[in-house]
Amino acid sequence: MSTQNLTLVQAVRDGLYGELERDEDVLVMGEDVGKNGGVFRATQGLYEEFGADRVVDTPLAESGIVGTAIGMAAYGLRPVPELQFAGFMYPGFDQLVSHAARLRTRSRGRYTCPMTVRAPYGGGIRAPEHHSESKEAFYAHEPGLKVVVPSTPRDAKGLLAAAIRDPDPVVFLEPKLIYRAFREAVPEEPYTVELGTAEIRREGTDVSVFTWGAMVRPAMDAAAELAETGVDVEVVDLRTLAPMDTDTIVASFEKTGRAAVVHEAPKTGGLAGEIIATIQEAALLYQEAPITRVTGFDVPFPLYALEDYYLPETARIKDGITQAVEF
Amino acid sequence: MVPLSVLQGEPGDRVQILDEDGQVVDGATVPDLSDDALVEMYRYLKLGRHFDQRAVSLQRQGRMGTYPPMAGQEASQVGSAMALAEGDWTFPSYREHLALAVQGWSLADDLLYWMGNEAGNAPPEELNVFSMAVPIATQIPHATGAAWAAKLRGEDTVVLTYFGDGATSEGDFHEGLNFAGVFDVPAVFFCNNNQWAISLPRERQTASATLAGKAAAYGFDGVQVDGMDPLAVYQVTSEAVAKARDPPDGDLRPTLVEAVQYRFGAHTTADDPSVYRGDEEVERWKRKDPIPRLETFLRERGVLGDERVAAIEESVAGEVADAIETAESTERPSPEELFAHVYAEMPQRLEQQLQYLRDLRARHGDEELFQ
Repeated sequence: MSTQNLTLVQAVRDGLYGELERDEDVLVMGEDVGKNGGVFRATQGLYEEFGADRVVDTPLAESGIVGTAIGMAAYGLRPVPELQFAGFMYPGFDQLVSHAARLRTRSRGRYTCPMTVRAPYGGGIRAPEHHSESKEAFYAHEPGLKVVVPSTPRDAKGLLAAAIRDPDPVVFLEPKLIYRAFREAVPEEPYTVELGTAEIRREGTDVSVFTWGAMVRPAMDAAAELAETGVDVEVVDLRTLAPMDTDTIVASFEKTGRAAVVHEAPKTGGLAGEIIATIQEAALLYQEAPITRVTGFDVPFPLYALEDYYLPETARIKDGITQAVEF
Repeated sequence: MVPLSVLQGEPGDRVQILDEDGQVVDGATVPDLSDDALVEMYRYLKLGRHFDQRAVSLQRQGRMGTYPPMAGQEASQVGSAMALAEGDWTFPSYREHLALAVQGWSLADDLLYWMGNEAGNAPPEELNVFSMAVPIATQIPHATGAAWAAKLRGEDTVVLTYFGDGATSEGDFHEGLNFAGVFDVPAVFFCNNNQWAISLPRERQTASATLAGKAAAYGFDGVQVDGMDPLAVYQVTSEAVAKARDPPDGDLRPTLVEAVQYRFGAHTTADDPSVYRGDEEVERWKRKDPIPRLETFLRERGVLGDERVAAIEESVAGEVADAIETAESTERPSPEELFAHVYAEMPQRLEQQLQYLRDLRARHGDEELFQ
């Protein structure tokens, strides 16, 4: 299969292109996604290729964007709304949780919402206030929504295609810190990466690290550095946060008996707690040490001069892993 | 018939006092401002333009993060801010660098905010200026609520809030203005219609003929003003403020002001406007530039000459240079600032996390932590 070397954001764009071409019910909509090609260029060139009815510049109104997309989806289209930054999703939150998430349930299967809401999220790019938060737990907490976070270009394209083809609403959170951080060979043809499946990025036997999104890279760095000291770290990239791949998490933990969970989001109520509880329900007797959490602090995301102190970085992740190993 | 107030024109009227050449338009009355106040207005316009140029260049040089420029929009900011009385409140969005400077917010603090320093996010105690709102339109209901509170307390305060043309599409715009009408609160809703919400032109934002016309749905006055004419903006805002404070019988207090203007530059320094709009359009709007218009008016009035203009240019350059110097020499915030203001009293969990951060820094040092 022929491939091209793409960054993560280019792979998102390539995934959108493929699905727009494959299925005429698919349409992209949002603020500045058309003529401007998206503020991160995730929709660059799509407007010129597919026209204003399929790559739609909307008024500045997130509830309007999500709400009309729900109506379109119920009517039979497959809208892919973009919310420009995850920090600005909240006006659309009511539509997501009160309607998108439960349309299937409350209509007893008569109506469905095959919609994929894309949004860049996360910190580390010296962005202004409200541009850096990680609120994936909000959406993972909502029954009826699927939540996907890619960490590589190849996954971004395949997971996005799977999300768009999925019969249920998907919140697709794109870690903008790594939008252009590296390139990877990405197949030119459309393909899917199955939702709900984690990926083991590095195999190891001493301790498991569960993480996703932009935290995968510093976790891999921490694992590489710890390998030099003889600690064999397994790094599991969850990729889908809801529904979570419990089998892969538990199997990894049964192998290592020790774990650290790494996420950018604040600690309290973050998904680390859910992962740890899941492990304890399924594999308590394998546990050899308290499972550590390396997370953002329970504070509002700071202006950028302090963001490096907020975000888990390699040294902090190493500390968390070491704590789980040395207990 | 001449309306009693500029707030009650015909739909489609646009209040203007100075034409594009700085001449007083037929039938317009120059607001009752002293020569000193007029020159001060001019100085603020010049201050804003120079500040903006320096701020964009700081960002380009990597000395500051993303910054939202305001060139072209100075008249709206200065004319409206000068129309407020001491004690009145301002609820800004994120582009009102100059309106806040007129209120007394230091330029150095504004720069600090865009440099990512929390110190720049602390409104000075003596100013009635709310924290700026980066999400779109969210400050509008806050302004309505503050105005409502002032009314409930029987205080004489007027609240003015700024937002852009894009904000009028958000639910918060509707809800804020609707409450303002229902509870008849002393608020001025000041819309800086700069024609572009990033890449979306005004005519794609709403099918309404004007944004000012939306006020009809809430039962109060809406008025369109030439937002690049500082005298007209001052006049309209003054009347809206006066009406909010003391409405004539049968009239509601709130007003929606649509100040028609143009942003000469990008939405923010992260944006490239050449992707979505042509130079010809930009040039057309640059002919309405507020600065030469007011300068011509003041020169012909005999209150401004070459010498004074040169002195003003030198003085605003110095003021901006000082602000940059102050901002850049301000110490980086302590990492402990992350935790300092989350709650009135720090919960135990946060204390533990703060201690963890201290231990981490002691163990690794900042350099190793953030290599």
